[in-house]
Amino acid sequence: MIELSKVTKSFGSHQVLKGITGSVQRGEVVCLIGPSGSGKSTILRCINGLESYDGGAITVDGAKVDRADRSIVGIRTAMAMVFQRFNLFPHRTALENVVEGPIHVKKEPPAEALARGRDLLARVGLADKFGSYPAQLSGGQMQRVAIARALAMQPKAILFDEPTSALDPELVGEVLGVMKSLAEEGMTMLVVTHEMGFAREVADRVLFLDGGVIVEEGAAREVLSAPRNPRTQDFLRRVLKPI
Amino acid sequence: MQTVLRDAGTFLPILLQGLKFTVLVTLGSLALSTVLGLVWALMRVSGIAWLAFVAKMIVNTLRGIPILVQLFYIYFVFPEFGVALTALQASIIGLGIAYSAYHSENFRAGIEAIDHGQIEAAQSIGMGWFMMMRRVILPQAIKVILPPYGNIMIMMLKDSSQASTITVAELTLQGQILASSTFKNMTVYTLVALLYLSMSLPLIAFVGWLERRFGKGARR
Ligand SMILES: Nc1ncnc2c1ncn2[C@@H]1O[C@H](COP(=O)(O)OP(=O)(O)O)[C@@H](O)[C@H]1O
Ligand SMILES: [Mg+2]
Repeated sequence: MIELSKVTKSFGSHQVLKGITGSVQRGEVVCLIGPSGSGKSTILRCINGLESYDGGAITVDGAKVDRADRSIVGIRTAMAMVFQRFNLFPHRTALENVVEGPIHVKKEPPAEALARGRDLLARVGLADKFGSYPAQLSGGQMQRVAIARALAMQPKAILFDEPTSALDPELVGEVLGVMKSLAEEGMTMLVVTHEMGFAREVADRVLFLDGGVIVEEGAAREVLSAPRNPRTQDFLRRVLKPI
Repeated sequence: MQTVLRDAGTFLPILLQGLKFTVLVTLGSLALSTVLGLVWALMRVSGIAWLAFVAKMIVNTLRGIPILVQLFYIYFVFPEFGVALTALQASIIGLGIAYSAYHSENFRAGIEAIDHGQIEAAQSIGMGWFMMMRRVILPQAIKVILPPYGNIMIMMLKDSSQASTITVAELTLQGQILASSTFKNMTVYTLVALLYLSMSLPLIAFVGWLERRFGKGARR
């Protein structure tokens, strides 16, 4: 469904992506791991058209992702995004955040969108928080609202950019739990994460990114348990035993 | 003392005539400058280089010329190009254009204060630029924008007196005419000052309230 072929991207003279090739199939959960600054966020942002890329091609269901083309609106609504720092709209309640896209971008009838919005918030465990503003919610609750907001767009896939990195440790589980249940329901997901437990348990495949290229790729258990590339081995050692 | 009060009683209706025009010029130019200022600010943050450049040039030009000269230009020079305006129209348009530069800088600062993540979130749900501005950025920026906006309003109220220089019979000009024909300078100008204060002090209090409500450190 998402195909990247020899994608390159530079910021000024700094080439961040040096030819990324990879794919995410429908219904698949792929984890993208790699050191900080290796370009993981940049890849997600290019897929969603938040960032342009210089060379190669990104396609979503065969349609080329081109930031300057009108088709980008369709691609953005089909590829929902969940951000590290939630990026909820602070001036809107949880429910308003969730229905903003359906009502105002997709022009759905408000009653329908609101009903679905309530269902989605209930599904991420926030049935009692419809009217709360982001400032009144914990980090874990905010991220679950953000996931409900992504789901409300009825996307073909969800891109997660370190969804638990900004959370206090005791709040990580509730967000990963929601993501796991999405995976079980067959949602297509591309997840940037440092949560190796989640990757091992939930991901179908893992891509390891370093130095602007995918240095290792394979089934989650293989890459995480028996990495072949020395850089992957080194990275995993550091992530699993930080001290 | 009695004469002073009697004089004040005679002068007040005449000065209130002027006050009417002061309010008219202030509100008219406030509306125009707000709309224009928003246009310049949106051009500045549009991300389109030439639009931003044009807006920057306009704003800097307006900031770089005294308001009085801009008023003279519109009232005395425009007729030579076939655009003849009444003094009232010229003062509203002149002050409106001149002050649009200050509103623009304020609006731009407010818009740029919004976390970039908000733009990404709006784009990621497929919002176009105008919808993002209207539904995401401006509603948040307004908290940053309002307190300085109130201060600009106070400045505009006082600067509406510049309309007197192109013959608009607003408060200051009415006072001047009255003073030079009666020689009661103290009574007249005290009244004029008090009338300005009667409008600006409530505005100043309002800005104070805005700053407490929305300013730095205020609870959201
Ligand atoms: N807008 C930008 N301008 C300049 N450099 C950027 C920008 N965004 C990212 N970078 C650089 O690109 C590299 C990769 O960033 P990023 O994709 O955020 O990495 P990761 O998500 O893997 O930590 C970093 O060196 C970062 O400094
Ligand atoms: Mg990142």
